[in-house]
Parts: sequence; C-alpha cells; structure tokens
Amino acid sequence: MTKNEIFPKMTEAIVAGDRKTAGALAEEAVRSGFDLSEVVEKGYVPGIQKVGELWEQGEYFLPELISSAEAMKAAMAVLEPELNRQGVGARMGGKIVIGTVEGDIHDIGKNLVASMLQAGGFEVFDLGADVKLEKFIETAEAVGAGMICLSALLTTTMVNQRRFIALLRDKGLRDKYRVLVGGAPASGKWAEEIGADGYAENAVAAVKLAKSLAGHS
Amino acid sequence: MIETKKPKLELLSPALVEQIVDEGLTVLERHGVMVENAEALGLLAGAGADVDLGSERVRIGRKLVQDCLATTPASVTLYDREGSRAFAVGGDEVHFDPGSSAVALLDHGTQAERKATTADVVDMYKLVETLEHIHFQSTALIASDVPGAVADAFRLYLGLLLSEKPFVTGTFRVEGFGPMKDLLAAVRGGEGALRAKPLAIFDACPSPPLKWSNLTTQSLIDAARAGIPSELISMGMTGATSPTTIAGTLVQHVAENLSGLVICQLAGRGTPVIFGGSPSSFDMRKGTTPMGAMETMMIDAAYAQIGKFLKLPTNAYMALSDAKVNDPQAGFETALGAVLGALAGVNVISGPGMLDYESSLSLEKLAIDDGICAMVYRLLDGIAQRDDPIALGAFEGFVPGMSFLTHPHTRQWYRKEHIGAGLADRDPYQAWVAAGRTSIVDKAHADVGRRLGEYAAPPLDEAVRKELDRIMADYGRISGSGDLPLPVL
Repeated sequence: MTKNEIFPKMTEAIVAGDRKTAGALAEEAVRSGFDLSEVVEKGYVPGIQKVGELWEQGEYFLPELISSAEAMKAAMAVLEPELNRQGVGARMGGKIVIGTVEGDIHDIGKNLVASMLQAGGFEVFDLGADVKLEKFIETAEAVGAGMICLSALLTTTMVNQRRFIALLRDKGLRDKYRVLVGGAPASGKWAEEIGADGYAENAVAAVKLAKSLAGHS
Repeated sequence: MIETKKPKLELLSPALVEQIVDEGLTVLERHGVMVENAEALGLLAGAGADVDLGSERVRIGRKLVQDCLATTPASVTLYDREGSRAFAVGGDEVHFDPGSSAVALLDHGTQAERKATTADVVDMYKLVETLEHIHFQSTALIASDVPGAVADAFRLYLGLLLSEKPFVTGTFRVEGFGPMKDLLAAVRGGEGALRAKPLAIFDACPSPPLKWSNLTTQSLIDAARAGIPSELISMGMTGATSPTTIAGTLVQHVAENLSGLVICQLAGRGTPVIFGGSPSSFDMRKGTTPMGAMETMMIDAAYAQIGKFLKLPTNAYMALSDAKVNDPQAGFETALGAVLGALAGVNVISGPGMLDYESSLSLEKLAIDDGICAMVYRLLDGIAQRDDPIALGAFEGFVPGMSFLTHPHTRQWYRKEHIGAGLADRDPYQAWVAAGRTSIVDKAHADVGRRLGEYAAPPLDEAVRKELDRIMADYGRISGSGDLPLPVL
C-alpha cells in the first residue's frame, strides 16, 4: 500500500475502534519504511479527531469512544518504540500526570480521560485512584510533566482538588504546572474558585482543553 | 366471595428464568468468582469447590450451589426493637426502607446538597419512625462529624436509641461487625434471642464483575454465624461492569448472588439470605449509574422474579431517583420504581428519600415518598368483592339522579376502599391559589417539621440503654476515635 492508500485505512480503523487493524496497519507502515511521524499525523490523528467530533455530535457514546482510544493505543504501541529508536518524540503533546484524588476510588471517568489524552498525543502517567496529593507532585517532578489532572467523583473528596492547589503553592511550584480538574461534582466555577487552570466536562473536552493549554490544537 | 386477585408483575417467561439461572450456574462453574478472604476460601475448599489460593479464584459446582439453596429459608421474619411486631420478609410481602448510605443531605432552605451531620441523622431516624408506610429504618446517612473508624456502628447505635423499627444496615470495616452485632444483641438480651428474632439485615455488595471483597465476604461470614440475615447486593452496571443486555446482566446477578449465598450457608447452615441488588443501566454518555432508568427497574423486577423462582426472599434498590432536588423527575422515578418493585413482589424495597444516585437524602422526599408507598400498598390490596351481589344492593330503590353520598353502602366501604390524599394536592384551582400556590415540597417541609415536633422517643429499658452506651464507648476507645458527637436525645 502507498501512503495515500494506507492513511485513510488507519483513520478508519481508529473511527471503527478496530484495535487489530490499527495495530496491523502500524506494523505495515514500519515495514514499509514510511515516515512514522507523518503516519501518526496523517493516518491516526485524523481518526481520533473524527471520534471526538462524533462524540460531540452525540453520535458516539462511551463504548465507541473507549474502543477508539484503545485502537489508538494499539497503533502507538507499535509506532512508539520505532519513533524512539529514530530519536523522534512520538508524544508531541507533552507529559501529563493524572489520577483520582485521595479518599476517592472512582476511576471510570479518569481512565477515560487518560485514554483520550493518550490517544490525543500526550504522554500520560496514570497514578490510578485514591492517590495521595504529594504523589502527583513527586511524579510530575520526576517525569518532567507540564500538566496535572485531578479527578474526584464525590463532593467529599472534591475538596482535595482545592488542597492540591494550596500544596503546590506551599511548595512554590504553582506556576510550574497547569492543573486541570474534573469529575461529577466539579465545574468551571469550581475550577475558578480554587484557582485551577481549567475544568473539562468529559474526556473529549479534556483533550481539547489540554491541547489549548499546551499551546497547540 | 370471589378471592381478591393479588396484582403481580412477571417480566420473564419461565423458560427465560430457567436459562438465566442455568447460565449463572455455568458461569460459577466455568469462570468462578474472586473471593479475597482466606476464611471463605477455606470454607469453599472444604466444601469441594475448586479453589486457587494464589489467584483467590473459586469455581463452584452447581451441586454445591443447589445444596446451599436447599438450606436457605424461603422467608425470614424481622421483629421490631420491642420484639413484638413481626415483619415477614418473603412471599410477596412488601416493605419499604430508606435507600442506603447517602453522604449528603439536600438542605431544604438552600436547595443544595451539604455534608450530613449527626443532627441530620437523628432527624432522619425520628422522621422515619413516624412514617407508617416505611416499615424499616435504614442507616441511610453518613454523618461527616463522626470518625470513620466507628461510623458504621455509631449510626446503628443512634438508630437503636431513636427507633422501634427493624434496620437495614451494613459494615464499613471488618472490625465494625462485632460492635454492631453486640448492639443488636444488647437490645434483644443476648445473641440467642437475636438469632430467634432478627432486628437487622446486613447488606453485602459484591464488586462486579464476579468478585467478593474481603470486607463484604467477612460480613457474610460473621452475619451467618450470628444468624443475622445478609442481603446480597449484586450491582452490575450494564455494559461497564456486567454484560450490556438486561438478560446478560441477570446472568451475572445470579452468579454473584448465588456465590454469596454459598459462602453464607457454609459459614452457617440455615442462615437467612436475601436475594437483593442495586444494579444499574449504565449511562453511556455520562458514565453514571442511574437508579431511575426504566432498564434499571426492569433488571430489578426481573431478578426479583428469579429470586422467587429460587425460593428466596428478595430486595431491590428502587423507589428512588437520580434527580438532585425534589422535582418532577424525583417524583416519577420514585413512583415508577415503587410501583414496579411492589408489583414484582420485592420484599425489601430500599429507596425512599434518596436522590442523586443514592448519594443524597432529602427529609422532604421521605415524607413525599411515604405517600407514594401508601398508594402502592393500596394498589397491592387489589380490588376486592366486598358484597355479594357486588352492587345490586346499592342500587335497590334506585331513582333517577340519586346520590350515593349518603347511601349506607358508601359509609360502609369508602374508608376501606379509598385512601386519603396525603401530601398530594387535590384542591380545586381557586382554592389552591388562595392557599398560596403551595408546592408539595413546601407541604412536605412543613410535614417534616410537624412530625419531628411530635416525635416522642419510644421507651427503651434503662439497662439496655446503658449497655448500648457502653458498647459504643468501648468501640470508640478501642478504635482510637476519642469523643463521639453524642447528641442530646
């Protein structure tokens, strides 16, 4: 297949949430010696963008969204080691640390945001659920992340998002990181009130927000 | 007289019930369940189940399940605190209790959720004590001013001080069971007396798909040994943590609940087990777990039918809503659930008072829902033949334009045939306007105030009271919780 033949198939595999095909096409691209940055940019990224549009139009629901994110993951699992070998960063979006704050074990929404951020080209460090606030900072410092995403499903644990901002300030690190908050009880107003950098209502909106804050869209 | 037909809802064909149960048993045989509790794994291995200790995975043959079903009673009778009033949980008996474990209270004044405190929990127990159509109490609210280490026992302790009604409750920590059992036994005057006259049901929720955590498994074992009924609360979320089809989720429901039942019976043969649940039709847009979705209620009604097929008492989390305030959604979801659950013959319907995915409780909603329960009980009473002939007597001496208002037949039957309006509005329009256009929520708020004002604590033996205080204080001290927010009661 030529690039012009294979790119639309890659896009299609992502939109269809077809992990097997997405991975197989990536392998074929590696074998064919294609420019892999171009493969990501023109083959796969348009797929995940289309998925985002379908979600926003109310056409796609969680099963489609997650399947597509996993198809993207399958493709990137093939492409990333090759890109690294070539010394080209596969994750142009930057590094993001994400987790559900301490005291809260809900992680469905957070997992979804993590998957979509990853599919959207970010390098994502998912700390899981019930994560100590210090752990977010330690990880962000260690990996050199630029953004930290905090999820909370309960009104009782949402306050930890506020505490986190205070903790960053105490450590003199507030300006070093963009902090995004999400979860059922959070809102744009809440983000503003606690001095976070943004709030996203769902995974697709989170990717958009992260991209705009990271300075590219 | 012709016998009154008992209204009844059965959503599944008999063949489908059998296939769902059969597939549930096959899942247990083929895939098994995870049981994160060494004691339970030992019991299961001892009974011949295929236990892999490394992965904590247990495959349970259908013969063992059937043996355990055979020793599980088809009904259990709860008794009030005094031990006199009996409530049969089985057959098609229906009892309502508030939904469980909200963390927030919907504040009527601000119409916003806020953290609940001990004072709110006290109000809830007092209110429910006065609501005649809500037969059981539930430890339905978590007070934020109580240390987490004693929260499970403390809310039961408060309830036992304030109410005569039986309880639906559960543990938050493995250590919580001991003091909770001691509190219940203290009321009865010993563990033997508690076993003879159960006062509380303990909820235990498997973690879908197909897993029993250490905490819930221990609760099953401890309750079984004390003869306390366990309520198995399987709660698959369609398409997320269980198969997306309703029938598919029912297969998992059967597998999870029956594995719990086996653990109960192995820990204490003959212990009562209630086939319950809190499944939901997972919202594929928001990732939420709506309790008020029609599909959720269909799953509930259907597994209740399966529970009856298995000759078990049943429970469901119905008669509640996902609305955030007492709006039309709160009313219609609650009423639909109450009606469907009752028609399905669910024995313990847990829900009244609950909003926001079982996370918020409203006192006003409790008062409104009590009226819904009253209507449901009227429905369940069915249409009786009061006279024979039915009405020919009432037409004797018929003249055109006659009124039945003063007819003796009316005086004889109207109070038995018709219940009052409760809080529902039945004013003519002008009268409603003249009375200030009052909404049912405002009426409910006034009703709550009146009921709390009129509440009188049911008398409790002084020695029992002291024993309850001692058990609670000991548990507080052992768990290092310091002073507890003891309300003035």
